[in-house]
Amino acid sequence: MAKTALMFNYEYCSGCKSCEIACRNHLRLGLGQWGMKVAEVKPFEVGDGNKMEWIYQPVPTKLCDGCEDRVAAGQKPACEHHCLAFCIEHGPIEDMAARAAELGGRVSVFLP
Amino acid sequence: MEQAYKTGTENDYWVRSCAWSAPGCHPVGCGIKLHVVDGKLVEVEGDEQHPITQGRLCVRCLTLPEYVNHPDRIVHPMKRAREDRGKDAWHRITWDEAIDEIVERTEELQAKYGRETVVVFGGTGREETLYGPAFASAVFRTPYHVYAMSGQACYGPRNMTAASIYGTIGYPEIDIAAWSPKRYDDPGFTLPELVVCWGKDPLPSNPDGFFGHSVIDMMKRGAQCIMVDPRVTWLGSRCEMVLQVRPGTDGALAMAVCNVIIDEELYDKDLVAQWVYGFEDFAERMRTMPPERAAEICGLAVEDIYAFARRYAAAKPASIAWGLAFDQQFTGTQAGMCVMAMIFMCGNMDVPGGNTCGAGHRGFLGKWRVDTQQCLPPGQFAERIGKEEYPLFNHRMFSSSPDAWVEHLEADDPVKFRMAFFASSSPLTPSCSNDPERLYRIFKERFEFVVAKDLFMNPTIMALADIFLPASTFAEHNGLVQPYYGGNMQYMGAINKAVTVGEAKSDVEIMIALGKRLNPEAHPWNTAEEFFEDHVYSQLGQHFADIQNDVCVQLPYHYRKYQEGKMRGDGYPGWNSPTAMVEFRSSYLEDFGEDPLPYFKECPYAPVEDAPLHDERYPLSLTTGMRKYTSFHSEHRMIQSLREIDPWPWVEINPQTAEEYGVVDGGWVTIENMFGACNMQAHVQANIKPGVVVASHGWWFPEQDADEPNLYGNWKANVNKLLPYRLCSPLGFGSIHDNMCCTIRPATSLEDGIEPPVLGKGLAPYPHMPLVRDATNIHDPGTLVKAAGHYPPGVGDVGGAAVRGGVEDEGACRPEVAGCPAGGEAAAAREGE
Repeated sequence: MAKTALMFNYEYCSGCKSCEIACRNHLRLGLGQWGMKVAEVKPFEVGDGNKMEWIYQPVPTKLCDGCEDRVAAGQKPACEHHCLAFCIEHGPIEDMAARAAELGGRVSVFLP
Repeated sequence: MEQAYKTGTENDYWVRSCAWSAPGCHPVGCGIKLHVVDGKLVEVEGDEQHPITQGRLCVRCLTLPEYVNHPDRIVHPMKRAREDRGKDAWHRITWDEAIDEIVERTEELQAKYGRETVVVFGGTGREETLYGPAFASAVFRTPYHVYAMSGQACYGPRNMTAASIYGTIGYPEIDIAAWSPKRYDDPGFTLPELVVCWGKDPLPSNPDGFFGHSVIDMMKRGAQCIMVDPRVTWLGSRCEMVLQVRPGTDGALAMAVCNVIIDEELYDKDLVAQWVYGFEDFAERMRTMPPERAAEICGLAVEDIYAFARRYAAAKPASIAWGLAFDQQFTGTQAGMCVMAMIFMCGNMDVPGGNTCGAGHRGFLGKWRVDTQQCLPPGQFAERIGKEEYPLFNHRMFSSSPDAWVEHLEADDPVKFRMAFFASSSPLTPSCSNDPERLYRIFKERFEFVVAKDLFMNPTIMALADIFLPASTFAEHNGLVQPYYGGNMQYMGAINKAVTVGEAKSDVEIMIALGKRLNPEAHPWNTAEEFFEDHVYSQLGQHFADIQNDVCVQLPYHYRKYQEGKMRGDGYPGWNSPTAMVEFRSSYLEDFGEDPLPYFKECPYAPVEDAPLHDERYPLSLTTGMRKYTSFHSEHRMIQSLREIDPWPWVEINPQTAEEYGVVDGGWVTIENMFGACNMQAHVQANIKPGVVVASHGWWFPEQDADEPNLYGNWKANVNKLLPYRLCSPLGFGSIHDNMCCTIRPATSLEDGIEPPVLGKGLAPYPHMPLVRDATNIHDPGTLVKAAGHYPPGVGDVGGAAVRGGVEDEGACRPEVAGCPAGGEAAAAREGE
């Protein structure tokens, strides 16, 4: 079976870290280990006034198993299910690429 | 009856429920599924069937099993000898022993000092906030329920503000179609063109029952956002505009925005002509705040003020989420009056996609909360402390004015408070309190018997309590969660019990256990379930068990209620105000001696020259109370998975300000003003307005030494030490947690230079009070602020006479001249070194 790809609409990732904890719960990991970790581009000014660029990007690690059991049972991956901003989607890489193109920008696709 | 919310086998099952507390949160009632195996909560999952949260959960609920099963959690009643207060010398007792002792000591102290000798302390947001005032009146028959934060500066002030304009009105919040199963797709809903988040960061805070990420849901569908905040928050970085106001100046901005909307005739004239009372007076007052003046006060570009006003007025519909900033700055209530007026005159009140407000739906406990006052002698509730100083506060609130109450406790007059019950509240930690060192000294001196109800040991309990009653998490009890505590509620959720842990009991169970002994007539229920069935059925016409099985129940919502006679109890069109109109000139405030029109004043201690107690040693703005996802005020500090994300108290500072003060990113910083000091770790970030210090709150360190004087490191990062009482509005609402002054300097550690408070020196009259009283009245010769009854002129105000005369000689206003700081000997000693 093809690997599950994860798409992140990072324009809307608010850095809540629900994915980190939901993933850890799913993988039953302890402190200091992550199947998903949120990376941050800290705020900096772009252009005039108080316009800021500020990015949170969830990054699946090599411990990410694509929530195979959950997906097989018809559930969403734990990160996607609990994401407060609903900015994570999963599926075959081709579908995710098409979905990214549809959204048009500030999207990333990971194939863990 | 079949429990439809429960599936599985006897030893392995899932329970669908709605979250509230403990662990603390606001009443959003997020949908959660709890998995129990062999009697232990083993995992949680977001409930995708919940119409609002749709499966989403934040990290506090996702770590619930860690909280519920934590080895440090106290799950049996405990006792300690009075001489062991401040020492970790607790031993386990039974519930019967605990109840017997509480009953015996209550009766003994009440016989000696009167029933009102008992004070019940409540905290913010948790379930207990619903029951606390009734718990005081019905169980202990005392009128004293105290929420120890100056001006009860959370939610209550905004409710009062809305009521002063509209009459009684359920808390106005942005419309997220929470009433509809189809949500944003319901044809009865309109997506707002613009959402304004003003002094509110809804994503991490989920304030008062508002699921914050609903804003993201609507942005994805095309809604635009504008934010008013001294920081560009993450949400601000996704907004079309951010107005980075100087903390405490939202009132000036709000007046200027109203001024532009009126001056440029951008408002709905028909609506105003038909429904607004006092519009001309209001307009005239707004003209005193031209955008150019506001720009100077707020530290904004004047074009941004015009642009914001025009954008809000033109957007149809538009909604405004007004936040805690309106409760926690000096003239925040007046700023809120302007926002309430803005919403109405632009046609955005009670319309789809605008701001909703409640009428038909009331909290299921509202009647009971009032009825329980009948357990008190006639007139006692109305006459409680604070009536002289802050009559409107006592008129509106179930709690007693904290600012007045603290002074009376300190003076030990007229009530001898000798027994305290801390019900899910820890005022010594930097959460819902001010000046915790002062509270510590007074509490140690006054209270002969102290009971605390909580889940973990904390600094307040370690310092003061004699009996610890173990409270349960929401996974361990049945209950009901109503957003906005029932006001403007569009859905409600069942809290369904999944598991039992030790001997922990819910707030209602503890109330019944004590009430059956101390005041049996007022407590006819044998179980919490009987209590809920009684109130839910009588107030909502539904059976509690049915709501439990439905888990989450959405309620129909009617827009434009005031036009159709659905707002007022008598069925006539209009609002619940004295004139039935929207009172831009508030007759309610006028009746209580306040200016009926909004005005702006600097906090007396604000770091600007206009402020009457401005002290050039403290040139930075201090603002605190901002939330992260990883804690609820002083809770969650013992949850390792959350401490891993946010390990230390943080203070956010602009790079320019940091450089000026020699502070580096990640380094320790001392934050100090004339009242006290604390240490935090610097987060140097470009999104903070220069000159502003954004300090975290709620920090203590469960991993540190419990015994006094350390008290889990309670004094080290305690930002409330910098925030005195009595800087509330003349009406007794609000505080200055958002706009105090400070300076910063590099520190070497969390402990560097911080000493615990010194006890045993007696209680001196509080020297800053006369200064504040005079500074607050400076522009109002009519003395809106009542004198502190227990601090007659002259007491403690060496040099204060110069302040009363006026503001010409600014030097005379400075605390060091006038006998401050009140921050204590520690601060004075540091200066002497």
